[in-house]
Amino acid sequence: MSDLVHLTIDGKPIEAPAGTLLIDAVRKYGIEIPAFCYYEGLALQAACRMCLVEVEKMPKLQTACTLPVAEGMVVRTETPVVADARKAMLELVLTNHPLDCPVCDKGGECELQDMTFRYGAGEGRFNETKQHIDEKQWSPVVFFDRPRCILCYRCVRICNEGMGVAALGIANRAVTSEIIPNEADHLNCDECGMCIDVCPVGALTSGPYRYKTRPWEMDHIATICAHCADGCKTTLGVRNNSIIRANNRDHSGLNGDFLCVKGRFAFDYGASQERLQTPLARVDGKLEPISWTRALKTIAAKFGEVRQRGGAFGVIGSNHTTNEENYYLQKFARQGLGTNNIDHHRTGDVITLIDALAGKGGQLATVEDIYNAPAVVVLGCDLSHQHPMLAYQLRANVRHHQAQIYPITPGPVREDNQATRSLRVDKGGEVEALGSLAAELKQAGGVVILYGDPVKGDAVRKLVDFGESLGVPVKYVALVDYSNSRGAIEMGLTPELLPGMTPSNTGGMRIGQMLASTDLDVLWVVGANPLKNRAALAGKPFLVVQDLFRTETAEQADIVLPAGSAYEKNGTVTNVCGQVQMLKKGIGAMGTKTDLDIFALLAKEMKLDLGPATPDALLAEIRTTVKGYDVVLAVLATGGAAMTGVNGPVAIDVPVDAIHSANDTMYTSGSISRYSKALTSLMEYPGELYSGKSK
Amino acid sequence: MLTPEERTEIEAEFPHYPNRKAVCIDAMKIVQKHRGWLSDEALDDIGELLGMSSTDLDGVATFYNLLFRRPVGRHVIYLCDSVSCWIMGGDQQRNHICKRLGIASGETTADGRFTLLPVVCLGACDHAPVMMVDQDTHRDLTPEKIDQILEQYD
Ligand code: SF4
Ligand code: SF4
Ligand code: SF4
Ligand code: FES
Repeated sequence: MSDLVHLTIDGKPIEAPAGTLLIDAVRKYGIEIPAFCYYEGLALQAACRMCLVEVEKMPKLQTACTLPVAEGMVVRTETPVVADARKAMLELVLTNHPLDCPVCDKGGECELQDMTFRYGAGEGRFNETKQHIDEKQWSPVVFFDRPRCILCYRCVRICNEGMGVAALGIANRAVTSEIIPNEADHLNCDECGMCIDVCPVGALTSGPYRYKTRPWEMDHIATICAHCADGCKTTLGVRNNSIIRANNRDHSGLNGDFLCVKGRFAFDYGASQERLQTPLARVDGKLEPISWTRALKTIAAKFGEVRQRGGAFGVIGSNHTTNEENYYLQKFARQGLGTNNIDHHRTGDVITLIDALAGKGGQLATVEDIYNAPAVVVLGCDLSHQHPMLAYQLRANVRHHQAQIYPITPGPVREDNQATRSLRVDKGGEVEALGSLAAELKQAGGVVILYGDPVKGDAVRKLVDFGESLGVPVKYVALVDYSNSRGAIEMGLTPELLPGMTPSNTGGMRIGQMLASTDLDVLWVVGANPLKNRAALAGKPFLVVQDLFRTETAEQADIVLPAGSAYEKNGTVTNVCGQVQMLKKGIGAMGTKTDLDIFALLAKEMKLDLGPATPDALLAEIRTTVKGYDVVLAVLATGGAAMTGVNGPVAIDVPVDAIHSANDTMYTSGSISRYSKALTSLMEYPGELYSGKSK
Repeated sequence: MLTPEERTEIEAEFPHYPNRKAVCIDAMKIVQKHRGWLSDEALDDIGELLGMSSTDLDGVATFYNLLFRRPVGRHVIYLCDSVSCWIMGGDQQRNHICKRLGIASGETTADGRFTLLPVVCLGACDHAPVMMVDQDTHRDLTPEKIDQILEQYD
């Protein structure tokens, strides 16, 4: 397949690997062949005939979306004959199109509009009355307008092949053909909105976005999704300081075109009515608004006093804050407050893996590896729910490279549908069960192993031993929950480890100990909600909470500071695989400050010298001082993902009993999701949410 | 759930096709033969056996005239509404049938005896207008002929 063939396109000589489709081959040379039904990575449809081109020695126009390149081929993509054919196709497509561009959401970024503008067909010869069919709402987020649909079937294919959900179908025939949802009049599906994203026209539209704006009235800001650990790139559509939509507009990044329901619709949590807009302090047992100045002064005074008299601090960091914030927070705790009682909610065992792989190098899988590996094993994780993007890449791997998939989980998972073999084992028995697959995995010639929270400690070491014994390249991913869970570990938000997984020689309390301690004088909780599902603190420390909302933890605080969300700040985050990406500030929120600004103001108030506290300066410091984080700035700055190289051995024993995944579903995201209108509307929507499990 | 009988009949088709999905038309015909029509549950049942989504099956079922997604009467009248029959007075024949049975096209008589469905071309244009009742084709229709023909089905 990799033999190069040579051909001529519009007079230019080009080359492409044999087997490449013409439509793909020319793209690299800056030639775009129009296409409605073709969609990279999905099954071929050849339904729209927009991609017709002239090929010498072929009697008729050919569809570039189905034609593989051949040696000596001479192709012309824009000739009067081609233009005429495209115009004729457009005239047909437009026979029943309502031409309601002035009120259509897609106007301005509609492929049909662009093509009609380019090739004409401004006047049709059909005088028949157009068939009108009323628009339908299929779910809180998906709307369908049949007359606008050009029957390219992209939506059907993305849902089938990309999502593995198959919620969409085509009913009837010819002019009465219609896209249909799986439940007569509504959808029972992931609600990912991928179908909306791939629709070339305005037939499928998004509930939260519709009729809000025109695409050219928004600023398009590329950042990283704030929810799970997969680290999807997303483009926020921002207008008047509010986020109106999210999609990965240029398909760059680890996720390509993908966003799950959270990434696509749950950007709205920061705009919740319940958002904190002013600091609160406890007065007569109740939280009352106070000014930022007073709040910061009170905290600084308290912190200073406790430090002075050698009192005890506890600091709980976040799975969502940036690397820069985490790095600065641990510096604040260790150098500024002189405490090593610093921790965060640990959701997966990365540390043992890094230690077990000491000296081996290159054995941490990237997202790309999950798409390319000949075999992938998933241990103890419902991937489609907890890591929607990794699951999407896995499905693509099966479609494009016939990868072998082995889910080893307690219950059924969506990956079973494509699995070579699924094993059902009780929690904790995953690694042992793996033994029976040794021969198959060896044969496959390369394996990526993803493991969830049941695999920790010794199980991870056994897993790596097993991997070693296969004698083929094996790579690993320790699955963690949230957008910067990985960064929290690697920036030193544990008492055991300093940034870069360098052992810390001073002992310190872990979360559980802090919550149970009666000796703490101060507990400082940043972007975490440890008191969710938990009784009050054992002791009576002065509790400072930085958060977006009055969470269960904030309710108990002495002072609450309103913090900025991930969409409101700059910085970097590290995804589940260890790939660093850059956040870009999309909007600001009234009355709030980013966690980093809060830290910096507190440091100033306490007259601490902790070095510069801007995202750029801290990233520079991290890149030069934190082991494994010497990532290339240019890669980050241009929207790329840079793999970290944190490496073992981790010369300290790190207990693993506190590792618990929150087991979020596709529709939840820790304490954030309940503040997203889009997600709650889906939860409250009649009918069950799609579990996606095979029956 | 598919009955053992339905299942056996469908499975007997497997060897005739390269993969299970290709059996879907036959499978739907078999289930329809037993149950009269294809309910949502029927599609789910078939889908499970063939590894297809019910939306996929619905697409196939609604594509073909002879697969029913709604209950039909004991006899189904397929009346051609394509060009040749239309030129030869197909409309009048339809009006006659509708009046006689007291139903509109697409409906079933109250006694469940007949369902009237339009169909695009029965391949007998030289004898237009044409209709098919169940498996029999009836040509050169006139109101009188229609009356006689319908008497034969009860
Ligand atoms: S929202 Fe996602 S799962 Fe639902 S129909 Fe569209 S593509 Fe399929
Ligand atoms: S709804 Fe959109 S994506 Fe689906 S077939 Fe119609 S035009 Fe294509
Ligand atoms: S998979 Fe994760 S990172 Fe990607 S859009 Fe969904 S929640 Fe966001
Ligand atoms: S893109 Fe080639 S036929 Fe639609």
